[in-house]
Amino acid sequence: MVNFLIRRLIIAILVAITVSIVGFALLRFSGDLAALLAGENATQEDIARIAKSYGLDLPIYQQYFNWVISALQGDLGKSLFTHEPVAELILSRLGVTATLAFSALALGLLIAIPLGVLAAVKANTWVDRSALVFSVAGQATPNFWFALILIYVFGVWWRQASVLGYKLSELSIFGMQLSGLPISGSATWQHFIMPVLTLATTIVPALMRLTRTGMIEVLSSDYVRTARAKGLSQRSVLFKHSLRNAILPVVSLAAVQLGFLLGGSVIVETIFALNGVGFLAIRSIERIDFPVVQSILVCLACTYIFLTLLSDIINAKLDPRVRLS
Amino acid sequence: MTLADITSAPPASMAKAADEFATLAPSPRELMRRRAKSHIGFLTGMAIILFFIILAVFAPLLAPHDPYDQNLTARLLDPVWGPKGTWAHIFGTDAFGRDILSRLMYGARLSLMIGFTAAAIAGVIGVTLGIVGGYFGGRVDAVVVYLTNVKLALPVILVALSIASISGGSIIVLILVLGLLTWDRYAVVVRSLTQQFRDQEFVLSSLAAGASHARIIFREILPNLTNQIIVVASLDMAIIILIEAALSFLGLGVRPPTPSWGLMVAEARAVMFFKPHLIMIPGAAIFLLVIAINMAGDGIRDVTSPEGRG
Repeated sequence: MVNFLIRRLIIAILVAITVSIVGFALLRFSGDLAALLAGENATQEDIARIAKSYGLDLPIYQQYFNWVISALQGDLGKSLFTHEPVAELILSRLGVTATLAFSALALGLLIAIPLGVLAAVKANTWVDRSALVFSVAGQATPNFWFALILIYVFGVWWRQASVLGYKLSELSIFGMQLSGLPISGSATWQHFIMPVLTLATTIVPALMRLTRTGMIEVLSSDYVRTARAKGLSQRSVLFKHSLRNAILPVVSLAAVQLGFLLGGSVIVETIFALNGVGFLAIRSIERIDFPVVQSILVCLACTYIFLTLLSDIINAKLDPRVRLS
Repeated sequence: MTLADITSAPPASMAKAADEFATLAPSPRELMRRRAKSHIGFLTGMAIILFFIILAVFAPLLAPHDPYDQNLTARLLDPVWGPKGTWAHIFGTDAFGRDILSRLMYGARLSLMIGFTAAAIAGVIGVTLGIVGGYFGGRVDAVVVYLTNVKLALPVILVALSIASISGGSIIVLILVLGLLTWDRYAVVVRSLTQQFRDQEFVLSSLAAGASHARIIFREILPNLTNQIIVVASLDMAIIILIEAALSFLGLGVRPPTPSWGLMVAEARAVMFFKPHLIMIPGAAIFLLVIAINMAGDGIRDVTSPEGRG
């Protein structure tokens, strides 16, 4: 087990380093940052001056090492626009994004697992078929479109948008254009209802299908037949014997999905003008605020790596076959 | 007997043999064709995709108006089912007076083109890595697994947004980025299948006969992967179309005035409360195309490997 842990940890750290290099390089190679920052009418001298003052004139490996060395000391640089430290910018918005991602994951699991179990128990009946249709449709729905439909339904049909903390006039324009609204600190739990619903629907289909497949496999296994032969109740067979085993892969998928949710909340935060990390990311991308963008990229990647590491360790702890291979 | 007799009329014995052949068990290919004909999801999916392809290819002929043509006297017209709708603009017009139906058709062009080319780029990268890793194993495989892990850790939407933004909205860059960001599924699937094939008799016998690695990979392994690659490609294409729509919706993918479905939804947002059809129609187009691609992909999986139905 210790060997397994050490090996996985080393790989995780190497992956994190590579990802930080890739993220760093991608930003540098996809365009001339200094020229973009200088604007369209800038002269060569302007561009050179900007490149020099932001350290963009150094060779790229040197830029990277400077950045990593200060990052390891907890200094992720300063925003080019607000001049606030990037670490503070991200930390102050982490709460909103984490709330979004965790609530969406919780809601997603709450819908997906019962639905998956139901689909497996009633396999190949109309219940199973409609669950399948639901998941196929869920996978094909663009989440920004779903969010707008929610806004329309809550706002126009039920006239409840104000109950959910928004004004109709605010919701019909882009969060990005309303720099005033961002709700840092003033977001109530009602503001999160529509965003969480939107995010949850994006993860339900995959989780549900995995629960269904796992349950079908387990339900046809010998020990479940034994349990049934012993005369155990359906409930005991399903939840005590079957679900516990079928849920393992679902847990590790959930860890991965949490990583996606943290990254995928960009769209939802933009639509609902929630001042989270995603909102910060897109504003910084628009303003070519590259110190903020590269820090968010690397932080999200590291969160993902950490979550998959965690789920690997949980799996290895629960299933000895994983750590021996 | 002349030459013509020989070529035009096969001997009676041969015709008989062909008849006998028909009574034998159907070939795997024939079985596959039969399964495809009775698979409703596959047929529906393919029909919808074909419909969109026809719209996209013949957009210049079919579109009733120029998709870029602004007409400020005909802004925000109702669709044909609306109170003041006319057949001149079946889906109405947008805030610039541009015809929605024409923009939808040209948007189909863009979505299909980006989805197809980006999925193809991702496919080339992912299949190459997967085959090489699965076939050679050892250190080579470790590198492939490592690269896949690095790729998986990159937050796709954010990376795509930043690159699309910095590079200034070029569609070619967008395609390249989406291709480079979605090859992981190909690599994972192809690698595990190649590992299974590597030790099977048909590969071993080819190796024993002195075939080179390149020959084994291209002639023995790759043909056996085709079906699975098509299935993964369909899923990948659906995901790419969704990501492109999201990027364009956020204003950092395809730039105005190019007609893109995601962009059309974004442009309609300001009037969504009194002209809801302007967000519903392009959104529904994305939904329909993606669901059709997924249905066709699931169908291909069921048709080509009925034993692996899940």
